[in-house]
Amino acid sequence: MTNFNLTPLPPYSFTWGLRLMRRWEVLLAVLLLLVMVGNSFLSPYFLDPYNLADATANFTEKAMIALPMALLIIVREIDISVASIMALASLLIGLAAEAGVGVPGLVAIGLLTGLAAGLLNGTLIAGLGLPSIVVTIGTLSLFRGITAVVLGDRAITAYPEAFTDLATMKVIPFVSLEFALFLALAAVFALVLHGTVIGRRLYAIGLNPTAARFSGLNVRRTKLVLFTLTGLLAGLAAVFLTARIGSTRPNIASGWELEIITMVILGGVSIAGGAGTIGGVVLAVFLLGMAGFGMGLVNVPGIVMSTLIGLLLLIAVAVPQLLARFRRGGEG
Amino acid sequence: MRRDFILAGVILGLALLIGWRAPVFLTLATLDDIATDTAILAMMALAQMLVILTRGIDLSVAAMLAFCGMAAALVGQALPELPVGLLLILGPAVGLGLGAINGAFVAWLNVPPIVVTLASMSLYRGATFLLSGGLWVSSHDMPAAFREFPTERLFGLTHLVWLALLAVLLAYGVLRYSRFGRSIYTYGGNPSAARYVGIASKRVLFSVYAISGAVAGLCGALWVGRYGIAFTDAAQGFELQIIAACVIGGVSIAGGIGTVLGCLLGVIFLGIIGNALPIMAISPFWQMLIFGAVILAAVTINRQKGRAAKIILRPKTAEGG
Repeated sequence: MTNFNLTPLPPYSFTWGLRLMRRWEVLLAVLLLLVMVGNSFLSPYFLDPYNLADATANFTEKAMIALPMALLIIVREIDISVASIMALASLLIGLAAEAGVGVPGLVAIGLLTGLAAGLLNGTLIAGLGLPSIVVTIGTLSLFRGITAVVLGDRAITAYPEAFTDLATMKVIPFVSLEFALFLALAAVFALVLHGTVIGRRLYAIGLNPTAARFSGLNVRRTKLVLFTLTGLLAGLAAVFLTARIGSTRPNIASGWELEIITMVILGGVSIAGGAGTIGGVVLAVFLLGMAGFGMGLVNVPGIVMSTLIGLLLLIAVAVPQLLARFRRGGEG
Repeated sequence: MRRDFILAGVILGLALLIGWRAPVFLTLATLDDIATDTAILAMMALAQMLVILTRGIDLSVAAMLAFCGMAAALVGQALPELPVGLLLILGPAVGLGLGAINGAFVAWLNVPPIVVTLASMSLYRGATFLLSGGLWVSSHDMPAAFREFPTERLFGLTHLVWLALLAVLLAYGVLRYSRFGRSIYTYGGNPSAARYVGIASKRVLFSVYAISGAVAGLCGALWVGRYGIAFTDAAQGFELQIIAACVIGGVSIAGGIGTVLGCLLGVIFLGIIGNALPIMAISPFWQMLIFGAVILAAVTINRQKGRAAKIILRPKTAEGG
């Protein structure tokens, strides 16, 4: 990522930014609460446990990818190819299912495909030093193209029941395996980012990659690992999405990259790198997921939802800037 | 300059190869088709290049195209007697407004371009839906002159091709000889230095997004007229093709490096691939795969060149090559 302002930040803005982020999460939580209350007024069935469990299914796969995407954006990179990685993983899962591979094999194939695709991104970006936005636009086209060429205009639907059951499997009543996995992943990501030296290194790289390198951090290897991790989780998301909808089409998960990046940015992760929390991202995931579900309850068309999400994103990025300007003006 | 020759050579080789497999490809009629088909891509890629030169990116261009095309089509439907010139001005006028919103966020609110245009992309696409109520405007609802204008001929070439040629000349002149054009390169090469030499950076930034919007608006009106249909999902995903054309043409996403000639070669390259597949009876499904592979190859090849340019640094950047 090079298309952002590289001029040094004024000394106060970092801590001030952190304080704002903390307030940002409070704002997200309040909004989420409002959405929940609003939804329960819209539909008496909203707070029904079955319904809530159902609601989570619609955003869990995106949410899984939002976690590593947050780390990537913190170190000033981005991966636009995630939805195409999902398509490729889903394709290979489908071909394996047609060949009669068992459920553990299918899951492994999904994960490995994602891993390999992420490794390719990482090698091109971290290894060759190419800009991530161009590389992942390229692999977006490449992975989706492979899927389209292999599938043509057919769809793979021959999934064994044991595989599609993965999507509906519950670990405890009302909590699906998929959702529990997301919560566990979120906890691990939060712990690593906010509680370990690895997390501090990611912030250091995001705040100043050159200084980080001179401080002895292996910036390239870190980025390689992060891209590979993003691919791996896109593969995991593909396993669950394929199981949930029980079919693989060339346009599977099309456009999801934008929703995932929106989740991360709305969650308060700065696209300029070096700032953001997993808590914020998780709150944004729930906010967008619940708002989307609520609008679905009153039959708002999908495109209007994405319009509102776009508007929300613009407001979300403009307000802190306006506040900062106001504050700077006030300080004279 | 050397990489422009290489790309031109690759294009020529590709064209000859396709012509050898399918002789119809090398006829004037086909070349005319390709020129007409890629005219919109050429205009959009040139405008995108201005944005990328300032270290930015405009992902909302396809959505702006759809919105402005829809606006022009709806006005044309409601007022069929309106002269076609007014409809064609309406497109860029609306686009200028949409682009100005992007520009204001980028220039004055310091929001990263990728975030602004990612958001406005869904916003403008959704606005197109709300404007049209989700309905299509089909060719028989549009004034005939509006439909015919893009492919009408003047001295043997279609209006689309003339407009694209005009855009090329304009972009070349502005980037090479105008103070605004030099400011774009200077800002992209080094934003802090640009500030120190007194360039009104914010105005430059605002302007490139506004221009990008205006060009997308003009292309929207032309697109709708040419394909005889306006709908919410028009040109969906086109932004990636536009950015790909720039990248293939050697425009550096890091800003400050890129030429009109290179960008144009990138456009021609994509145009040839897009048009050759159906002629060679290759399934259109291959197009995405090939585009992806080409983008990756181009960005990898440009890398060495970029490094070399960095070493000789200033004069190279100042030449914009």
